[in-house]
Amino acid sequence: MEPLEENPIIYTMENKPIVTYAGDHGLFTSLYNSLTQQLPREPMEWRRSYGRAPKMIHLEANFVQFKEDLLPKEGNKALLTFPFLHIYWTDCCDTELYKASVKEDIVRWQNLLKLHSTVDWLIVVVESDTKKKNKTNILPRTSIVDKIRNDFCNKQSDRCVVLSDPLKESSRAQESWSSFLSKLRTLLLMSFTRNLGRFEDDMRSLREQRTEPGWSFCNYFMVQEELAFVFEMLQQFEDALVQYDELDALFTQYVLNSGAGDGANWLGSFCAPVSSWNGLVLRRPIDMEKRQQVQSGRASLLDMRSYLFSRQCTLLLFLQRPWEVTQRALELLHNCVQELRLLEVSVLQGALDCWVFLSCLEVLQRIEGCCERAQLEANCSHTVGLWAYASEKLKSLGCLCGLVSENGPDSEDLNRTVDLLAGLGIERPETASSMQSPYKKLKEALSSVDAFERHYLDLTHAAMEMYRAIGRMRSARLVGKSLAEFYMRKGDPRRAEGFLQDALSCYVSEGWALPITHTRRQVAACHKLLNQTEDYLQASALLAGDANLTDEERTHFCQEILSYANQTADTQACAQCHALRSSLSPQAVLAMGAFAQLRQLQFRPPAAVVHVGAALQVELCLRSLMPVAVRLEQLAASVHFSLERGGAQGRAGAGGAGRGRGAHRPAGTVRFPEESPPAGARPRPQPPALELQEMQDRSPTDRSLTSAGVVCRNVHMLLRRRGSSASLDPPGRAAVAVDDGAQLLKTSEVTLLPGNNSILFTAPSGEPGTYTLRQLCATVGRVQFVLPHIYPVVQYEVYSQEPQLSVEPLADDLLAGLPQRVKFTIVTGHYCIRKGDALQLSNTDAMPILQSPSCPAHILSSAGELVSESVLSVQSSEKVTSIALPLAPPYHTIEFQLEVLCHIPAGPARPDTQRLTNGELQHRPQGDSSETTIDHKVSIDCPWSIYSTLIALTFHIPFKAKHSLLSVGKRKYIQVCLQNVSEVSFHLVEPSLAESGGTALELLSLNAKTQQVVSSSRSLFCVWELKWTRDAPLSPHFEFSVCFSPARAEGCDYKPFRYEFQLENVCTLYSVSADIVPGPGAEHCHTGALCGLEVCITRLEELCEAESEDTGLTENDGLYTAKLLYEVVDNSSNWAVCGKSSGLLSMPVAVSAVHRVQMEVMPLFAGNLPFPKIKLFKYLPHYALPPIPAETDSCVEKDSVSLLDEQTDTASLRSRGSIHSLGGVEPPRGPPLPRLEPFDAGQVFQGSRARQVLVLPGKDDHVLEVNVT
Amino acid sequence: MAVCIAVIAKENYPLYIRSVPTENELKFHYTVHTSLDVVEEKISAVGKALVDQRELYLGLLYPTEDYKVYGYVTNSKVKFVIVVDSSNTSLRDNEIRSMFRKLHNSFTDVMCNPFYNPGDPIQSKAFDGMVSAMMVQAC
Repeated sequence: MEPLEENPIIYTMENKPIVTYAGDHGLFTSLYNSLTQQLPREPMEWRRSYGRAPKMIHLEANFVQFKEDLLPKEGNKALLTFPFLHIYWTDCCDTELYKASVKEDIVRWQNLLKLHSTVDWLIVVVESDTKKKNKTNILPRTSIVDKIRNDFCNKQSDRCVVLSDPLKESSRAQESWSSFLSKLRTLLLMSFTRNLGRFEDDMRSLREQRTEPGWSFCNYFMVQEELAFVFEMLQQFEDALVQYDELDALFTQYVLNSGAGDGANWLGSFCAPVSSWNGLVLRRPIDMEKRQQVQSGRASLLDMRSYLFSRQCTLLLFLQRPWEVTQRALELLHNCVQELRLLEVSVLQGALDCWVFLSCLEVLQRIEGCCERAQLEANCSHTVGLWAYASEKLKSLGCLCGLVSENGPDSEDLNRTVDLLAGLGIERPETASSMQSPYKKLKEALSSVDAFERHYLDLTHAAMEMYRAIGRMRSARLVGKSLAEFYMRKGDPRRAEGFLQDALSCYVSEGWALPITHTRRQVAACHKLLNQTEDYLQASALLAGDANLTDEERTHFCQEILSYANQTADTQACAQCHALRSSLSPQAVLAMGAFAQLRQLQFRPPAAVVHVGAALQVELCLRSLMPVAVRLEQLAASVHFSLERGGAQGRAGAGGAGRGRGAHRPAGTVRFPEESPPAGARPRPQPPALELQEMQDRSPTDRSLTSAGVVCRNVHMLLRRRGSSASLDPPGRAAVAVDDGAQLLKTSEVTLLPGNNSILFTAPSGEPGTYTLRQLCATVGRVQFVLPHIYPVVQYEVYSQEPQLSVEPLADDLLAGLPQRVKFTIVTGHYCIRKGDALQLSNTDAMPILQSPSCPAHILSSAGELVSESVLSVQSSEKVTSIALPLAPPYHTIEFQLEVLCHIPAGPARPDTQRLTNGELQHRPQGDSSETTIDHKVSIDCPWSIYSTLIALTFHIPFKAKHSLLSVGKRKYIQVCLQNVSEVSFHLVEPSLAESGGTALELLSLNAKTQQVVSSSRSLFCVWELKWTRDAPLSPHFEFSVCFSPARAEGCDYKPFRYEFQLENVCTLYSVSADIVPGPGAEHCHTGALCGLEVCITRLEELCEAESEDTGLTENDGLYTAKLLYEVVDNSSNWAVCGKSSGLLSMPVAVSAVHRVQMEVMPLFAGNLPFPKIKLFKYLPHYALPPIPAETDSCVEKDSVSLLDEQTDTASLRSRGSIHSLGGVEPPRGPPLPRLEPFDAGQVFQGSRARQVLVLPGKDDHVLEVNVT
Repeated sequence: MAVCIAVIAKENYPLYIRSVPTENELKFHYTVHTSLDVVEEKISAVGKALVDQRELYLGLLYPTEDYKVYGYVTNSKVKFVIVVDSSNTSLRDNEIRSMFRKLHNSFTDVMCNPFYNPGDPIQSKAFDGMVSAMMVQAC
């Protein structure tokens, strides 16, 4: 360090506040080193005015020997050269000496300071022991200090300090040093505060004058910069930066105001034409050259900005904020360009580009110079903007100077280059040694095409790589696209292609229509240059259909395709297609999507199921995207044929499949989802909806279901990889392969107009099976547009069918006994009915076929339309009925109707109807059904088969008849119930009953004579009284007959219905009557009180024939007695029988023989109670068993026995006991048991059936129970 | 005022884009598209911070020589981009914010329309009118 600086104005970082020294030079020199070392050692707190936060600063000082011209003159605002403190050094300890010289010297020094009104001074008195020893006669040491204080520091005693033994290592010396230093620091800070405050005040007032006409920004700039310098000097970079930012803002505001029409005079100097564009200079802390230009008002706007930014950059780098530099640099460059434009400064074309380019590189190199490599890479998001900007500017310079072309620059370009280079001036000395300086780079780049390319590629690749590294793919692609444009201008499409494709795919995936169109046009140009015919045609097709282009452009691209398509082998004729000619390929296969869209497909007939050979038409709706009408040589849809369905399964299966698909396809129409146009607004159409279908897996052998499930039909669409590359390919040309072997739907010579076109195909239907439309292919000359997959799946089915005959009733049920119409349906299938073909029906007697004079037949087509009508001829012989069929082509339906009649079988359908007596129905399920239906089988011989067809017809008997025998005492009545079991109503007339056995019986009808209507499931009851004159008939046979006709058909003839039955045991043998009498002394029966039950059994007939065969009689002297068992049964538990409820009795077989039984019963309820039932049974002793009576049904026997067994109350047990006692014989254990047999219904007359007796409630009952029956 | 206003769907395709000098339309499309890089960067940076205190306004996305591009993202990740001429210095941050607010309100109205299918390009006249007003105003 050189303390004695001749020129104090040094604008370097070594600037320090100036402190002067005066007095003993040698003394100061000896202390200088320790002083400069120790002064910055401890920080001091700097309290500042205007509420600025206090700061801790380390003070340093530049010690300069005091000279008078160091003191600032009036009006000099320089702060850097301003001495902040003046120190006078003396080690005088001799009063004499002091008085002689030192005091005078101090006075002179003080006067000089006062003259410049400087109050920042300090007198240092250095004491040392060595001196004291030498001079023994000295005054006490304090005296000199005191004298000085007295003489100079009249009020400020702190302006004089003592430094003791500064060169010794004693604690005293240390103490003395530290107090001295702190004093020094304090005084320095005081001086700063005072002087800077004053300076700032002056500066502010200067700024306030800025509206005055003579005010100059440059002057003000210098003043405020002075402040910034001082802050920088004090290491207060933040504060220094603030000063520059304020200047920056002020300047910007002036420029903006000027733009708004409020220009300041001083701004005129900045509006001068720009003559130098040598870029930013950031390598020096202070660019003195520029600063002087500013100072002298010669600076241009670029100079001003450059200088300002270089200072800001320096300070920011001190503050360790390099990334702010880059950010500010970009803003600055943009801003400068704007400001020059705003101020309408004339600039040579390209000059600004040079300036920006140089500046960008300068900033980048400056940043690189002060940062680690890793740090740079981590922060390339901050620098990439500059890289991109630089490459952009270099490219525009290249374009300007003719460096971006195939031919290189022409003379005009060269002139321009020379002009631009002139503005760069000479290279600055600080970068002269650097090989990579921006200056050299620019000069080199502009010097030759190759160098330009090298530099441009360097920059562009750097920018792209950085963009990629920080994930800004779109920016990277945009730069790439710009690079591609460069390559294209250089005539190098091969290298451009990749970048263009990359950018295009990006825009396509994100659906930006305009960029897509623009980029695709570039891609197309690229393909054209590269002779990639197919790609070029594909892109042309897309462009021709692009709504963002003008009609002329679209037509142009369309013509490109058409002209290629129409090129014949003789290519000489096509001169303008020279690019394409060289690469003539026989066929160009393109994706259809760009050319036309399949919108709709319609089948006729809509079911899309036809038989073999039938006509099936398919109507396509194709939307052409081309701007002009295009003539297609051929439009073909390839068809995949499979035997999966249809065919063998015949019509039912095929029809079912057709219906299944018809669910989402009304009327045979398939609508295709609207694809976004190739350059559409929606990049990713919604994923298609799930297409689910029920799936059943049947085992091939027995058609049983092995598994069932739901299948997603369009999995391949849903699960398609949505990667960046896969989805971007247009339906790739690799995928566009034409199926050759398949069958085709074809039409030739179609003209597609722009917009929707309807095209009709005739579908092949030669073989039965399923036909799936796979591809659509439009051929225009040598160009084929192929739609590789038609989706959703479009299928139609062709079936083949065996002829079939079906016979079914016209109504729901066929009724027996009436003529019924039966419908014959013949489905001809593949069989063609020829002349002479006839159906041969085998006749049966029970079901004759009624011949009608005319039997019309309808012939229907497979679609169900009536084709023709004809009359059948029916010929009957004894065995067969022959029906001649009308002529019918295959796959038609013949329908006709025949009348048949099924006779109701006469007589009972089964023998056990006899048993249905007196309402005691015995249900036999198997008998029931066999009675109501009659099955007839008809065998039919068909002309197409050697086998007979068996047709089963089921007829229902419309009626069900029941009969019952009713008795009143000895009088007998027969009731027949006829139930209508069919669905229709009938008229019934002439019910009649006849006895067929030949016995003389008289039947007296009690029925109405008129016609009766019996509705469905209603019944008709007919009653006859049965009388006989002689003996009662044993088992008479009867035949009931009635005539019926359907109620609806008026005038129809009546058909008979007959019902035969037999009755047995018609005579009444016994009459049973009962009476209930109240207990003694009571007028009425009471609940809980015993009553008497008197049963009277009377014999009404002599021994009759039927009875005599019975074994239950005992003969005694020619008198027969019958053993009977009576039993009182009360099923409704109204009565409690007290004592025996049953008993045996012997009844003489004689008219009017009476037997009375007295019993006691107790009513359990009050009210009109029905009498308990009294049952009468024949009692057959066990030895009478062996001859089993023919009429005895084992079932009945079991019933009666179980009846006895089940009534296991005490009464019946007792009665059994009494039976035994009465019988007198102990029955052996085993099978031979006495037997009970019920009488037939007609044999016992219950005289007291349904009688009731009034029972009053018991007297002491609290609860009244009334049973009303 | 604004020279280009764009509404971009969550999937980054444009729902609406309109620019005032129509001859430069393509350039604006490229500019807006590229600005999505910065939008995504900012969104992901915000995602790391507190989510609920999110500021919808993304500020200046990036300046170019001629234009300033501002961004805004709704909670449903629909992006608004406004491009302003660099020479237009009267526009401060607050004005840009209020433009975005207006845009967002109008966009909300569009979304509330039951006949609007979310994801379709915006064709609302009201929205268009509002955008036109923002482009003309103080120009």
